[in-house]
Amino acid sequence: MTAIAQIRRNDQPIYLDYQATTPMDPRVLEAMMPYFTYKFGNPGSRSHSYGWEAEEGVEKARGQVAKLIGADEKEVIFTSGATESNNLAIRGVAEFYKDRRNHIVTTVTEHKCVLDTCRHLEQQGFDVTYLPVKKDGLVDLEELRAAVTDKTVLVSIMAVNNEIGVIQPLAEIGKICREKGAFFHTDAAQAAGKIALDVEAMNIDLMSISGHKIYGPKGIGALYVRRKPRVRLVAMIVGGGQERGFRSGTLPTPLCVGLGEAAEICMKEMDGEAVRLTKLRDRMLKGLNAKLAEIYVNGDLEQRIPGNLNISFAHVEGESLMMGIKNLSVSSGSACTSASLEPSYVLRALGVEEEMAHTSLRIGLGRFTTEHEVDTAVEELVHHVTKLREMSPLWEMSQEGIDIKSIEWAAH
Amino acid sequence: MAYSEKLLDHYENPRNIGSLDKNAEDVGTGLVGAPACGDVMKLQIKVGADGLIEDAKFKTFGCGSAIASSSLVTEWVKGKTIDEAETIKNTDIARHLALPPVKIHCSVLAEDAIKAAIADYRAKAGKKDEPQEAAK
Repeated sequence: MTAIAQIRRNDQPIYLDYQATTPMDPRVLEAMMPYFTYKFGNPGSRSHSYGWEAEEGVEKARGQVAKLIGADEKEVIFTSGATESNNLAIRGVAEFYKDRRNHIVTTVTEHKCVLDTCRHLEQQGFDVTYLPVKKDGLVDLEELRAAVTDKTVLVSIMAVNNEIGVIQPLAEIGKICREKGAFFHTDAAQAAGKIALDVEAMNIDLMSISGHKIYGPKGIGALYVRRKPRVRLVAMIVGGGQERGFRSGTLPTPLCVGLGEAAEICMKEMDGEAVRLTKLRDRMLKGLNAKLAEIYVNGDLEQRIPGNLNISFAHVEGESLMMGIKNLSVSSGSACTSASLEPSYVLRALGVEEEMAHTSLRIGLGRFTTEHEVDTAVEELVHHVTKLREMSPLWEMSQEGIDIKSIEWAAH
Repeated sequence: MAYSEKLLDHYENPRNIGSLDKNAEDVGTGLVGAPACGDVMKLQIKVGADGLIEDAKFKTFGCGSAIASSSLVTEWVKGKTIDEAETIKNTDIARHLALPPVKIHCSVLAEDAIKAAIADYRAKAGKKDEPQEAAK
């Protein structure tokens, strides 16, 4: 793949963190370039060709995004990213309908921007139900059905989890929401462009999309807002009334164009890419399992996007492992990487023990990942896990048959 | 996060990894931390007839700073009396490795580990003396 040379310099580590962000596809950059330079007009300018040209770029992009999710282009509005889309969808709906319904249903494994928005609404007097998830990371549909009442205005459940890559049963969730008369919002930042999404078939009323997770630019996202039946929102950013009044502010034409192009490429290449990534993912897992005992995949492996592996390497602390695998860029569910000393709340929600959560790595594969990179990663992981296990007192105890849970540990 | 060269050296080339016979009378074992917190250190000392620590070994489950802190401590205690080893402070470890603030707890754990190993050694030595006293 010739794009590789353009994406990664030889002295850079192997990038395996595609759920954090993705490099921009060179084809996307190419589509954006004119809008940085000679097609610089304000898409809101109606009085001259600069404006028309920019507007044409923006509207083409809107159509490209709409097509990816089976929506009408009038139903797509541009935002700064999925965080803003999630804020707007949840707060916007809650505030608009608050006199009629004041209950929101979401899950405990949502992205922080959804959870924090819900907490914010709780402080304002809304009721929020945080549904647990099953061991496989998926929501229990019967629990969902029971949680949605005639007071529920919105159900917000992510399409694909950012840490463990599991795919929620969107069509079933949508059906329940429709039956109960609640709006269904899904944070599809990790799903769009990776799995087939259809807002009609899945009864989705609002959907958040991010540019930089689909090989597009950072700083741009989209929110799908259903028109039939109409979903109404209170705007968060007011001003010139752009984007049907939902989101004022001059549109960043090059970023919109980039998101559109990224969406179109994803749509064209999705099927082939899924096959390729599944092969790479399986190759990696097989390689690791062949050389390492006691490694566990967190979250369901079948109901999962192919580009994600979240693995606990028992008895090896995640951050020390990341320090060893210097040539690989991954992230960890261990506490030590963040300022808070709590391990991943997503893994904890699956019932993964704290000590196992500390040993987890999130490995993200994507468009520019090669077989050679996967093989190198397996080699490095095997080497460093083995080395760190040799110096792990927990590994020693487990080899001696001592049950680590039988020891009374002094918490510190 | 940028780590000091000394820390990276101890992480990449840890000194004195291994285990001593925890049932031996001249060996003291300290096991501190908790798996749920992401840090467990096992530190062992072997005390010679002359009262000096002649060997020290460690095994650590934890981040790079925890590994480096325990590796450093095993180097420091060798050749010291247990009374001298007991005076090692976490601040000395943190300063030597230039630990960032969020990693100070690793040096605290290393200090706890050496203290626990010394306490274990002393408890064993005390037990050994008891029957002799009873025989008098």
